[in-house]
Amino acid sequence: MSTSAPVLPKLIGERVKRREDPRLIRGLGTYVDDLKVTGMRHLAFKRCDIAHGTITSIDTSAAAKMTGVEAVYTGADIAKILAPMPIGTPFPSPPHHAVAVDVVRYAGEPVALVVASDRYLARDAADAIVVTYDPLPAVVDPEAAMTGQPTVIHKDFPHNLAVALVPSGTGVAPDYSSIDNSAVDKAFADAEVVISQRMVNHRLVPNAMEPRGVLAHWEPGKDTMTIWSSTQNPHILKTMIAAMNGLGQHQVRAIAPEVGGGFGAKINIYAEEYVCSVVSKQLGLPIKWVEDRSEAFVATTHGRDIIGYIDLAARKDGKVLGLKMRLIADIGAYNMLLTAAIPTLTMLMANGTYDIPAIRTTLTEVFTNKTPTDAYRGAGRPEATYFVERAMDMLARELKMDPAEVRRKNFIKPNQFPYQTQMGAVYDSGDYEKALDAALTASNWKGLVAERDQARAEGRLVGLGLAFYVEVCGLGPSSSLPTGGWEHGQVTIERDGRITATTGASPHGQGNETTFAQMLADQFSVPFEHVTILHGDTGIVKQGIGTFGSRSQAVAGTALHLAGGKVRKKMAQFAAAMLEASEDDIVFENGMVGVKGAPAKAKPFAAIAAYAYVPVPLPPGMEPGLSDEAFFEPNNNTYPFGCHISMLEIDRETGEPKLLKLIAVDDAGHLINPLIVEGQIHGGLAQGIGQAMIEEAVYNEDGQLLTGSFMDYALPRATDFPRFELSATVTPTPVNPLGAKGVGEAGTLGSTPCIVSAAVDALSQFGVTHIDMMLRPEKLWRIIHNHGGGRS
Amino acid sequence: MVPIAITVNGKLRKAHVEPRTLLVHFLREHLNLTGTHVGCDTSQCGACTVLVDGRSAKSCTLFAVQADGSEVTTVEGLAPEGQLHPVQQGFWEEHGLQCGYCTPGMIMSAVNLLKDNPAPSESQIREGIAGNLCRCTGYQHIVTAIQHAARHSGKAAR
Repeated sequence: MSTSAPVLPKLIGERVKRREDPRLIRGLGTYVDDLKVTGMRHLAFKRCDIAHGTITSIDTSAAAKMTGVEAVYTGADIAKILAPMPIGTPFPSPPHHAVAVDVVRYAGEPVALVVASDRYLARDAADAIVVTYDPLPAVVDPEAAMTGQPTVIHKDFPHNLAVALVPSGTGVAPDYSSIDNSAVDKAFADAEVVISQRMVNHRLVPNAMEPRGVLAHWEPGKDTMTIWSSTQNPHILKTMIAAMNGLGQHQVRAIAPEVGGGFGAKINIYAEEYVCSVVSKQLGLPIKWVEDRSEAFVATTHGRDIIGYIDLAARKDGKVLGLKMRLIADIGAYNMLLTAAIPTLTMLMANGTYDIPAIRTTLTEVFTNKTPTDAYRGAGRPEATYFVERAMDMLARELKMDPAEVRRKNFIKPNQFPYQTQMGAVYDSGDYEKALDAALTASNWKGLVAERDQARAEGRLVGLGLAFYVEVCGLGPSSSLPTGGWEHGQVTIERDGRITATTGASPHGQGNETTFAQMLADQFSVPFEHVTILHGDTGIVKQGIGTFGSRSQAVAGTALHLAGGKVRKKMAQFAAAMLEASEDDIVFENGMVGVKGAPAKAKPFAAIAAYAYVPVPLPPGMEPGLSDEAFFEPNNNTYPFGCHISMLEIDRETGEPKLLKLIAVDDAGHLINPLIVEGQIHGGLAQGIGQAMIEEAVYNEDGQLLTGSFMDYALPRATDFPRFELSATVTPTPVNPLGAKGVGEAGTLGSTPCIVSAAVDALSQFGVTHIDMMLRPEKLWRIIHNHGGGRS
Repeated sequence: MVPIAITVNGKLRKAHVEPRTLLVHFLREHLNLTGTHVGCDTSQCGACTVLVDGRSAKSCTLFAVQADGSEVTTVEGLAPEGQLHPVQQGFWEEHGLQCGYCTPGMIMSAVNLLKDNPAPSESQIREGIAGNLCRCTGYQHIVTAIQHAARHSGKAAR
């Protein structure tokens, strides 16, 4: 081998700068709203401004008369060309028209639309549509809605129950045919202490910075539909657009160009995507719709919104004997693609990181006159973590135990993995004490306690919070996803030795172009710059599922790794023929392909590639070319975990909380690019802290979203956070050959409960044991002042 | 329709626009400078931040006619072709972006910040970008990116 060439560094595990950035920092990325197609028209929706009512009239005449208006559609018009929207879960669901027909059920539901030559004109024309309603009573409180009063939102769902009381946990037969409560009852009978608390994990608005957008282009000459959309999963979009337009999947090409964040809210296939496609097909014109932020607040799915009634049974030494978790999920007015499944993940993860002998959970999902919910970063798992961790914290406080020690006492031990939980999950691997100890060390927990006590002695309200989490990631086997749970990768060595690979995981900020290129560069021992990752276009990427559930690295990364392995093997066979050596002796090293022990024989990687495409002579039994694919389906999910610790101070005079410290130890298994992992954790922490401290979707009793803009919904700003302190433990997963678990959602899991626990700790002198989020200063001020804690 | 003449990224651009045309739509739709983004409709998010006569401004809050006669710099005009501005370089080096949607506005605000204060403290940086929202990064790497830019700025950022 050449000794003068620089040695290529190994890239897996390195903080490689992102491949995506040069275009994005220069303003050269192409998002949906940046696209123009010749003949393109703009679509704008008229949305209802009441939460519940019967449509009595729609007058579109003024809009239709405007110069430049191409077409106007009401819900009834759209219903002629578009069936009610499908969902992806097996639960019964009321019909959901993309544009409302007769009845509106949440403020912001579309009732009509216009197509016009210009975006401003389209908005003017939509505003010129006059709709009158007979208002019906609105119901916004899910516990009230369960009584069927004051209104029934969907006629076949009498108590507004979308999903009526599903039990799970200890003693529940997998087919629900029998429920044995004896173990749970015994746990509570044997308990020396029981913690009972109603907790609200409130509604959030995902708010990706790029609102959604769609450009649908039906080409009659080709009988094909191209649809660009700000989506997390173009392949699912392709499937659904084909089905709803009566097309074969071969006729649809879905493209997720640059996507400006998703956070789960861009998984769903939306009304606007279906509508743009059917209107484009009917008019034979490219149709573009881009969401305003005001629209996004009501038209894009919300997240969380689960009430938990939690009972925890324990012994006085802190050993937990049993858990009951009664969940009521407010899913809003309709079932969307995955809506009904999200709270089931809260049930699945009720075990947390603990060896709890008996658990009973029940889940009820309720319709209300609000924007529908669906996935939002963490999607069901932050809710579980919040309920379990707040309960553990309350137990520690009740028993006057250190919050770390009560957790340590109940942890599932390393030798118990794989661990079958009471909830039916099989945790792949874990070493929870190691992460706990790492967090105690990283935070200098004893020092923090002393600092807190000192601050208290000075009269300040300072508190500490600690929370542990485990989440289900790397989704997952096909049994857990209606779309299929695999991912696809294809690796092609080009004739010049450059590598082009495609992945079905369509990123929106995750940096897959970089991490996957790192992997392949190492696998073939070629320069990073020689590897290109393509994604997001079903015309280029043959198959895929998408990016959600922290699955990119664990599932899509593995698919590429396996595809790369197949191509590497074939390339070794070509090299063996060319270099007259045994395939087993071929080595890929430093941009060269050579023979073990015979460095002089090595040829440049590109020379072997060229030979594979002009194989004279063609080695016996071989096909030309170097390209192969792999579908990877993991046999289990992955279960990353970690520990988050916070220190928080509450201003006695104003009640305003200030986050002083946030220390996170996360274990996501093997990391490909720690720089990108840090970014993922930072972002997750910000969203988890946002929920605990300032974010809340607030509806009034009429079903109006009061927090419908960034003036009223507190999206965290740079001034809201201290510098986060991160570290990691590494417990690889056996589920995939990379040992990677996934990290996209982790930050939202531990941060939220650890901050609320810190606030409770800060106010514990006033007898407080629980505070519902978010930590509104007024709420905290009242606690302080009602207990004479103000300085007045 | 109203005639306007705006120098954008050093080039004089003349056009006739509706008086209600927002500067951001003039840049994006008329000039195809799509690096400047729209993230809200209440002037909160800062994705549309550009420099107008050297000062940062939210281009969704200005009508194009209000910028008549002005010099506008967008992210596309921040550095000569083939080069990166120190703030752009900082964002690349320190992973100051994920989805990239807020990034052009964030970069323009940071340029303005460093012009006023070439060596800001961490809290001054956080204050300085408080008018720009990012949902991906938790801001930490953005702060580090701006610190990187401040360290490497020489004359370019001033």
